[in-house]
Amino acid sequence: MSLALLLLAAVLLLGLTLWRRRAPASLRPIDAYERLNRSVGLAVENGTRLHISLGRGNLFTARGGSALAGLAMLRRLAERTSVSDRPPIVTSGDASLAILSQDTLQSAYRAAGVEEQYRVSTGRLAGLSPFSYAAGTLSVVHDESVSTNIVMGDLGSEAALLTEAAERENTNLIAASDNLSAQSIFYASAQDPLIGEELFAAGAYVGAGASHEASLNVQDILRWIIILAILIGSLLKLVGAPI
Amino acid sequence: MRVFTAAFAIAAGLIVLLGYFYPVEQLVNLRRILIDWAVIIAGMAVLVGVFNLAAVQMEKIRARQKGSVYGALLVISLLVTFFGFGLWVGPDAPSMRFAADAIIVPVEAALMAILAVTLLYASIRLLRRRVDVMSALFLVVAVVFLIAIMPTPFGPIPGDQAILQFLGMFSGGGARGLLIGIALGTLLTGLRVLFGIDRPYGGN
Repeated sequence: MSLALLLLAAVLLLGLTLWRRRAPASLRPIDAYERLNRSVGLAVENGTRLHISLGRGNLFTARGGSALAGLAMLRRLAERTSVSDRPPIVTSGDASLAILSQDTLQSAYRAAGVEEQYRVSTGRLAGLSPFSYAAGTLSVVHDESVSTNIVMGDLGSEAALLTEAAERENTNLIAASDNLSAQSIFYASAQDPLIGEELFAAGAYVGAGASHEASLNVQDILRWIIILAILIGSLLKLVGAPI
Repeated sequence: MRVFTAAFAIAAGLIVLLGYFYPVEQLVNLRRILIDWAVIIAGMAVLVGVFNLAAVQMEKIRARQKGSVYGALLVISLLVTFFGFGLWVGPDAPSMRFAADAIIVPVEAALMAILAVTLLYASIRLLRRRVDVMSALFLVVAVVFLIAIMPTPFGPIPGDQAILQFLGMFSGGGARGLLIGIALGTLLTGLRVLFGIDRPYGGN
């Protein structure tokens, strides 16, 4: 069953990616991503910095998905801000993720033709435990002329410390997580919270390409299949059929 | 080189995935070897990451940036822990455990206490930030949940279990819905990496 779902997702992703290359999708407006796109432009114009925090998503676990989604968004944002005097700073709570963030930044600068502007210190490991990660990230929020904080990835309740710091510095905060505790914190403390799978839509909304738009379409199709399966299962159980 | 990197990453991903679905001996063995390599690389990544952390703080100290005192404290603590406790007395020594109990545990407990106040403050300000039905519902449910689970000098509040069960029905359903969405997002993100469309390893 899981193999069938995987194959279906793979076929749909490839097919819809080819289709989306010819016919780009029109995405429903999400306030947080509209604000993100505005903030990126403003940061470049007024010489401030973006701070992108990718969380503590270990790539060896299922939590790595949110980290990879954050990296895809980072790639696009780094390309867009490559002309800025102050390059974006990326913090992570996992060593492998920190190295991948450095690699992603370097690739983005290379693609933008300004590889000489890349600094290895812009991709940082903030800490290895939840609170050391939060403590390491707080200093970036407070001290590095940041105008927009993008917190996107696997975080726990320590996310509240980051949102509080962003609020104190009067900076924009775009926040999303795959963790339910962090989502509830963001709901309470962010202006435009991103809930559930909206985290994985980041790439599509920052213009990362047709494959990201196709991913959203595939997610919608699979979600409807799951909804139908749940409804049919409930009905069968209601009529007493063996399931 | 970039093509080689991408080809190797995609091949490794496919072998691990196939080994999961088809537990043929050769595939399982190959999968195990690849995962062992990955674990070793991840271990090395921690060392590189810690070096990066120290380098960033040293740069801060050199440039006399704001907060460089904390950077110096971090570097000194790192050196003492790594060379003093880690290499000299060993990570299992009682003194190492004492250092953790005396410094790391109290600091994390203090941060946890700050976190509780921060969350309370964020909840109070929620309605000032966003006045809508969902925010009000969020606050009311959180307060009702807290009242239902809090200990009182008179024992449990009458009907607390019924309240928890009733509200838990909605929150449990909502949480499952969110988790299904996240699982689908994770699946599609993984497939994009597996197909080499997204290359976080610097391939494109």
